[in-house]
Amino acid sequence: MPNRQKNNVQLVVQDNAAKIVLNGDVLGHDSDDIVRQIQNISSDNIKNITFDAQALGMWDSSLLVVLYETLRMAQANSIKTDMSGLPKNLQDLMKLAFADDRKPTHGDSQFSWLESLGKGTFDLWATINRVCNFLGTTLSSVGRFLRRKSVMRGIDFFSALNDCGPKAIAIVSLISFLVGLILAFVGAVQLQTFGAQIYVASLVTIGMCRIMGAIMVGIIMAGRTGSSYAATIGTMQVNEELDALQTMGMSKTDFLVLPRLFALILAMPILTMLSDIMGMIGGAFVGVFMMQLPYNEYWKYAFNAFTLKNFLVGVFHGFCFGIIIALCGCYSGLNCGRNADSVGLATTKSVVCAIVWMIVVTGIITVICQELGI
Amino acid sequence: MSKTVKIDVKDLTVGYGDYVLLHDAEYQVNKGDVFIIMGGSGCGKSSMLRVLTGLISPLKGSVVIDDTDIAHASMEEVKKIREKSGILYQSGALFSSMTLSENIMLPLQQYTDYSPATIRELASLKLALVGLTGFDDFYPSEISGGMKKRAGLARALALDPDIVYFDEPSAGLDPISSHNLDDLILEINQSLGTTIVVVTHELASIFAIGNNSIFLDAETKTILARGDPKELLKNPPNEAVYKFLTRGEGK
Repeated sequence: MPNRQKNNVQLVVQDNAAKIVLNGDVLGHDSDDIVRQIQNISSDNIKNITFDAQALGMWDSSLLVVLYETLRMAQANSIKTDMSGLPKNLQDLMKLAFADDRKPTHGDSQFSWLESLGKGTFDLWATINRVCNFLGTTLSSVGRFLRRKSVMRGIDFFSALNDCGPKAIAIVSLISFLVGLILAFVGAVQLQTFGAQIYVASLVTIGMCRIMGAIMVGIIMAGRTGSSYAATIGTMQVNEELDALQTMGMSKTDFLVLPRLFALILAMPILTMLSDIMGMIGGAFVGVFMMQLPYNEYWKYAFNAFTLKNFLVGVFHGFCFGIIIALCGCYSGLNCGRNADSVGLATTKSVVCAIVWMIVVTGIITVICQELGI
Repeated sequence: MSKTVKIDVKDLTVGYGDYVLLHDAEYQVNKGDVFIIMGGSGCGKSSMLRVLTGLISPLKGSVVIDDTDIAHASMEEVKKIREKSGILYQSGALFSSMTLSENIMLPLQQYTDYSPATIRELASLKLALVGLTGFDDFYPSEISGGMKKRAGLARALALDPDIVYFDEPSAGLDPISSHNLDDLILEINQSLGTTIVVVTHELASIFAIGNNSIFLDAETKTILARGDPKELLKNPPNEAVYKFLTRGEGK
């Protein structure tokens, strides 16, 4: 940490003149106080500012800040400045700092709240338009695919399928096993008080098959695969690959969205089934090894609780989540900006957006199932 | 003999939203020209290229390419124009998940009815034309920056385009690679009769290949000069152009 000199930069005000006296080394100088003092002298009817650097030793950018702020204040208040008391290199640096021949032509505009509201409304409208446009384009790509006119490459589909299928099995299995285990533990504590701990098997089976399996797979895949889609396509945007596709007259959705969408639509229901099974095994682990429930008895209750209806509702959730994750990931990537920062933002957006929509869709499916008595 | 106009830009205003980068631009690119769009950083050169290639719409005005106004054309018409144009992007913009050969085969598969074997042969030929014989099965990550640009050029030439656009072709290249790429651009222009539009601020390239140009100015947001860059250097129409062409020396 550099030694902070306090008195090496002094402001001397006499009559209508101000002088900035520099003594010794000005390194790591805490310039706040002196800058504030300098800014205040504009109200003291000061006519000119001079500098005395005869005793100046070593210096760094902290001195430049003081000089720059002084000259800016003087310029703004039409106060004459005389830099001849400064060493030539400091004079040159100040000339350089003020030699900008271009001013920003647009920048951070100050909006009133009404303008901000209007701008926000227009932005929201633009976003809605973009989303509708994306969904429409994707639908027409699916239509083209069904009519065998799409330019989707088989190799891209299999590559995406490999990425979101076999490569995701380990993490999905582990997390689902642990979720089943946690469900069983939480349930067991309550059920034990009634002596009904055997119903842990039913609790875990129904919970995992109906919804938890699909939700866990959805969250894992949103973080793992959806974000990777956004990052890959976002990086293609940064590298102008999307522009190249467009100027080659190729549909971005055919080429980039369809293989990923179809891969997830296929993989998600299968992963959901895997998650159901692993969750049940996790529950059995707690039931049999921790709660000492008989192995056969546990599985008897588990299979009794298992219904095709619950299982299919869970798999249907997985199918819907696959569509949501693929669309959120691809949309975020395709609408990514053109710098590295934007790619990070796109990946975050894809995960947040996918999770929010998964919860919304779960709510909708639950209400529909309730109404239909499923 | 009068030259055939390939690109006719009229009353063009380029910008984003309500921010105008360049206004009331008018110029023509003739068939067979090596046309340079030059100017300092931030003057709108790359945006102008994006307008010419139909990637963004202008705020106002028209860009007529072969009798079709790309700014107001239908998707089908734009597609037809794109079929006859190729673009080399700053970074090469090769698809990283594909080999060089696959990159070049992509537009051929999209737009032609050639058999897979012919398409593969055509891709090899295009790679050979840009000096990348034998690199068919290499991925973009396995080759140098200069080679990426050459491969990008091979892809741009895949469909035997009438116009090839180059966005900062020399950017990120060493002087020798840059010189070689300039030579390649000239060879393509002369041997295939392709119209070339280059966006650049590299003076060496500008003087080496350009026979027609416009100079965009960020301050006035207008075209400050038109014509052969060598002529502009001899008879500069104003100080800004002269300063640019002499690396800021001024008169």
